[in-house]
Amino acid sequence: EKTKEGFFAKISKAVVGKSTVDDAVLDELEEILVTSDVGVTTTLKIIERIEARVERDKYVNTSELNQILRDEIQALLAENNSDDFANFEYGKHKPYVIMVVGVNGVGKTTTIGKLAHKLKESGNKVVLGAADTFRAAAVDQIKVWGERVGVRVVAQPMGSDPASVAYDTLQSAVSNGEDVVIIDTAGRLHNKIALMNELTKIKNVMKKVIPDAPHEILLVLDASTGQNAIEQCKQFTEATDVNALALTKLDGTAKGGVVIGISDQFKIPVKYIGVGEKINDLQLFNKNEFVNSLFK
Amino acid sequence: MFENLQDKLDRAFKVLKGQGSISEINVAETVKEIRKALLDADVNYKTAKTFTDEVREKALGQNVLTSVSPGQLLTKIMNDELASLMGGTVTELELKGNPTVILIAGLNGAGKTTFSGKLANYLKDKKNKKPLLVAGDVYRPAAVDQLQILGEQVGVPVYANLESKDPVAIAMEGIAEAKRNGNNVVIIDTAGRLAIDEALMNEISAVKVATQPQEILFVVDSMTGQDAVNTAKAFNDRLDYTGVVLTKLDGDTRGGAALSIKSVVNKPIKFIGTGEKMEALDVFYPDRMASRILGMGDVISLVERA
Ligand SMILES: Nc1nc2c(ncn2[C@@H]2O[C@H](COP(=O)(O)OP(=O)(O)OP(=O)(O)O)[C@@H](O)[C@H]2O)c(=O)[nH]1
Ligand SMILES: Nc1nc2c(ncn2[C@@H]2O[C@H](COP(=O)(O)OP(=O)(O)OP(=O)(O)O)[C@@H](O)[C@H]2O)c(=O)[nH]1
Ligand SMILES: [Mg+2]
Ligand SMILES: [Mg+2]
Repeated sequence: EKTKEGFFAKISKAVVGKSTVDDAVLDELEEILVTSDVGVTTTLKIIERIEARVERDKYVNTSELNQILRDEIQALLAENNSDDFANFEYGKHKPYVIMVVGVNGVGKTTTIGKLAHKLKESGNKVVLGAADTFRAAAVDQIKVWGERVGVRVVAQPMGSDPASVAYDTLQSAVSNGEDVVIIDTAGRLHNKIALMNELTKIKNVMKKVIPDAPHEILLVLDASTGQNAIEQCKQFTEATDVNALALTKLDGTAKGGVVIGISDQFKIPVKYIGVGEKINDLQLFNKNEFVNSLFK
Repeated sequence: MFENLQDKLDRAFKVLKGQGSISEINVAETVKEIRKALLDADVNYKTAKTFTDEVREKALGQNVLTSVSPGQLLTKIMNDELASLMGGTVTELELKGNPTVILIAGLNGAGKTTFSGKLANYLKDKKNKKPLLVAGDVYRPAAVDQLQILGEQVGVPVYANLESKDPVAIAMEGIAEAKRNGNNVVIIDTAGRLAIDEALMNEISAVKVATQPQEILFVVDSMTGQDAVNTAKAFNDRLDYTGVVLTKLDGDTRGGAALSIKSVVNKPIKFIGTGEKMEALDVFYPDRMASRILGMGDVISLVERA
């Protein structure tokens, strides 16, 4: 709260009656954006856009500048992107197949548990596929989530072929008439070629059961991750055509600003945010709230 | 990055090789580029600013005696300063006390449990110790199973108490068990927690007070961004930890968080994690980390050769 007031108070002092935004304000803005992990390149882009707009409109007052700021950042999150998702309903595909990917420890399995809960609450029959057969007790972990939520988990012993788990899960979902399938995968760093190829294979195997599956490939990003998230996005997209992002651990002090540059560069919408470890701690992403939180 | 920097410098000044000294003007561009490189590597905004300002001040007036440009020399000076700030030499664990108690702490998903397993393995194989692992995470689904599996993999016993939800009690029981069985090191794994979670921070402080650990290791993901300073400081304020562990350095992150943490808490980085396997643990070499963060290995070796 203190920084927020501080920033906007400084804006008023620096801007009132002027036709340009003063350097002190831009420096302050730069600091806020960079310390939110927006990254130097994207920060400079935002600042340039603000400068251009102020020059064009000639005169700005404080509240206009506040609005411009929000507009320009939101624009980076929105250009060529869809609107915010309105609910946890997915419409025409049955079953709707979600494959969850990401680097180690970002919150994939937990997000799956929480998402399964939301989907079940909104009336869907959900099944989970335990395709992380590598990390110690990964299968046990997702089974605990399955029990908590009250949904079925398809699993094989540790060390089994993850593609085969995914295949099994889809097949049994079809025969059980389930509405949504969520496939967990082992965390992997995006610079490990063999592991990334494995992911492509898991994805492709699903098409043998349901030709247009997976419908959603969800890349989970940890809000405390810095600029490396951009490379993660790039590599996971190359391996699996990521089409949605989840940003976790936003209940902490990290702002997750790196997604601004990501949605600008890759045109992949942020769909969900994680705000805790509990079953209800998943929300749909809201651009407006997110941008506001950068200035809190 | 290197070529970019080089081009700019060459265009801006026609510096005669082997002449001149570092001045505000002939390194202005270099300072800017280095600051950007640090921010791109996730070094904290303020840390990057202070660091580049201080080093520039220090370097002003230094003679460029060899066949390099002022910009190149400054880059080399930055790198050396960075390495010394990172800690100069390798810092070992203090294995005093019997048993030595080592408490593991950090954010969710940083790699604490994996590191606990790796450390047990390292102490057993490399230091001839007889460790006991203690499963102090009572929250995460299957956290105990995870540690038990890792313990089995490395051949180290694990103390767990599935009936209890009290990490303090479990830790004390673990120490008692170690004394009974002649284990001379006790490694206590704990649940991931946010630094702003008062209840959980109180809980881990209580574990510290009860167990009086010789070592408290703060485990942090090397991909962490600007928030690293806040978290590192908050954990240090509560726990006054003895060392830092940087995980997931087998990735391609530049790992600037290491510099931010070092400069804000000034605690040695003791280990790095370089993979998911139990052998993927290394002691920390400050100079290697410095070059990784700056990402200017070419400039540095050029200056060293000159
Ligand atoms: N505070 C907080 N913690 C979270 C959130 N999401 C996940 N976590 C925690 O982060 C840690 C790692 O979560 P997992 O779901 O196991 O992560 P993962 O990506 O499946 O990990 P791997 O499978 O090992 O790669 C656990 O302690 C979770 O409880 C969140 O939104 N907020
Ligand atoms: N590639 C790589 N993965 C690692 C490394 N260290 C840990 N991991 C992985 O990171 C993920 C999280 O590790 P954990 O040990 O479960 O992390 P944690 O801090 O105990 O997590 P919580 O207890 O949920 O807070 C797992 O997938 C580990 O295999 C490392 O050095 N390199
Ligand atoms: Mg997982
Ligand atoms: Mg753990």
